[in-house]
Amino acid sequence: MHYLFEPGLFSSGPVRTALLVGAVVAVTSGVIGVFTVLRGQSFAGHSLADVATTGGSGAFLVGLNQFWGFLAAGIAAAALMEAIGVQRRRGRDVATGVVLGAALGAAALFLYLGSLQTATTGASFTVLFGSIFVISPDTVPALVASGVIALFVVAALARVLLLTSVSPDLARARGVNVRLVGIAYLAALAVSVSLAAVAIGAVLSTALLIGPSATALRVTKSPARAMAVSALTGLAATWLGIVLAYDSYYWPPHGHGWPVSFFVVALVLVGYLLSYVRPRAQRAPRSPHEDECGPEAIVATAATAAGTEGATCSPA
Amino acid sequence: MLNTWIAASIVAVIAGITGFFAVLRGQTFTAHAIPNGAFAGAAGASLLGINVIWGLVVFALCGALGIGALGAEGRGRKARNDVVTALALVLMLGLGALFVSISSQYAEETYSLLFGEVFGVSRGEVLPILGLGVAAAVAIGVAFRPLMLTSALPEVAEARGVSTRRMDLYFLIVMALATSMTVPVVGALLMFSLMIGPAAAARSVTARPGAAMALSVVIALATVWLSIALSYQTNWPLGFFVGTIGAAFYLIGLAARAVAPRRAVAPRGAVG
Repeated sequence: MHYLFEPGLFSSGPVRTALLVGAVVAVTSGVIGVFTVLRGQSFAGHSLADVATTGGSGAFLVGLNQFWGFLAAGIAAAALMEAIGVQRRRGRDVATGVVLGAALGAAALFLYLGSLQTATTGASFTVLFGSIFVISPDTVPALVASGVIALFVVAALARVLLLTSVSPDLARARGVNVRLVGIAYLAALAVSVSLAAVAIGAVLSTALLIGPSATALRVTKSPARAMAVSALTGLAATWLGIVLAYDSYYWPPHGHGWPVSFFVVALVLVGYLLSYVRPRAQRAPRSPHEDECGPEAIVATAATAAGTEGATCSPA
Repeated sequence: MLNTWIAASIVAVIAGITGFFAVLRGQTFTAHAIPNGAFAGAAGASLLGINVIWGLVVFALCGALGIGALGAEGRGRKARNDVVTALALVLMLGLGALFVSISSQYAEETYSLLFGEVFGVSRGEVLPILGLGVAAAVAIGVAFRPLMLTSALPEVAEARGVSTRRMDLYFLIVMALATSMTVPVVGALLMFSLMIGPAAAARSVTARPGAAMALSVVIALATVWLSIALSYQTNWPLGFFVGTIGAAFYLIGLAARAVAPRRAVAPRGAVG
């Protein structure tokens, strides 16, 4: 026990803040990430995070709290994606990519101008790779509240979101306003990405969004269970990452901690790779097409649960 | 300065060519992930005190092979590949964060690796860049026809016995090679703009593969040259100009397509 929890871990203020924020971030990203993976929007989620970098570095330039910068840029990017139509497959990756490139260019400029102004180095590192141990306690209520709101929105829309993820046409036929649901979902995604950006850095927030959800969706086929597994996996990775990062001050090179983000990402990855090992043995006797269906199979289950037909998993 | 200019021109030519295929094959995300991941290799190499190019080559290749190995085929392939790509990307970025934080000289080094630097290219780096550039160009030239076929008509390619999966892997490796030489010049985050912006602009103007590829190279060269000149004048980061000029060319391309007669529209289903 003593080897894992170095002395002073739980009495340290920054660590307690980090554990609390980390929990909110992991649960929000875990739940929302399930929809991101189901909707095949990994690239959109990652782009949102990268565009948030621009906001974070802009906030750094004008001296605001980075979270507000992440949030503003994330929501603006979500609105832009909705406008260019992320639902439309054709050409969407290219349009996303071009917007992303321009936004990253602007981030480069902001960071450069910021470093001219304040002469503090390391801002680019904080924006890109996060610094969960230096979150000021003043922002914690705002972070927790944003996470709860995002979770609430997604929970309220869960059924409809699942349906629009399977088949927008079917949802439309049943009188669902697909566009509105899409906007609400993207806004929640923007909030969750901004939270993750504060915790483990803008470019790494994808790890918490995609990793635990992809792992969960490989382990279970039920969407509700997937959300729970995903939130728990994310939580475990984040907390363990924080503890290991705290311990790493005692590792070589001496007196220099390893970044939390690295541990979180590595643990998330380990979880995903483990999901490859385990179900393979259980699944072997089933139909060979099982694997190809993947997320569609889950969605099909959801659609059946929602009382619809025709969304069964049929191998192409 | 001259070194940078030579290196950047080589980079632009290769980015134009590989970018054309990346856009055609719908591998925008991969084109984003491999350079970003390669950044970790550069950080690791500078930690060990070896030439960053070798760190870049190793990480870009590992990233490409990892994405290729875990990637899927058949239905739902794109969504699954995106997940794998995203995870490979964050793993490599996380390693990069670790390397950068362990090495003491982080702020400057990270910044120039991520966002590029006009004076970032030394004389010793030009030769490996040229070598990798030629290798990437030859690799694409040799496999031009199967690459085109699997990009545009995967079913036909399969019917003719060309494995789409093998071509995917082949192209990923070429992209990794192209990436390794680009990162020191335009930076990891912006390499991607240089691949996607010009290629997308070119494709919206013409549907003929040869013409689109040539145009893509020309636009990439124009982007890089303009960026270097502007960056030299203003002292602002090179990446900023590459990103915005690339996006501007894309918008011009879209406008040109809107104005031009309908026959210039790209073939159906070619864009992911």
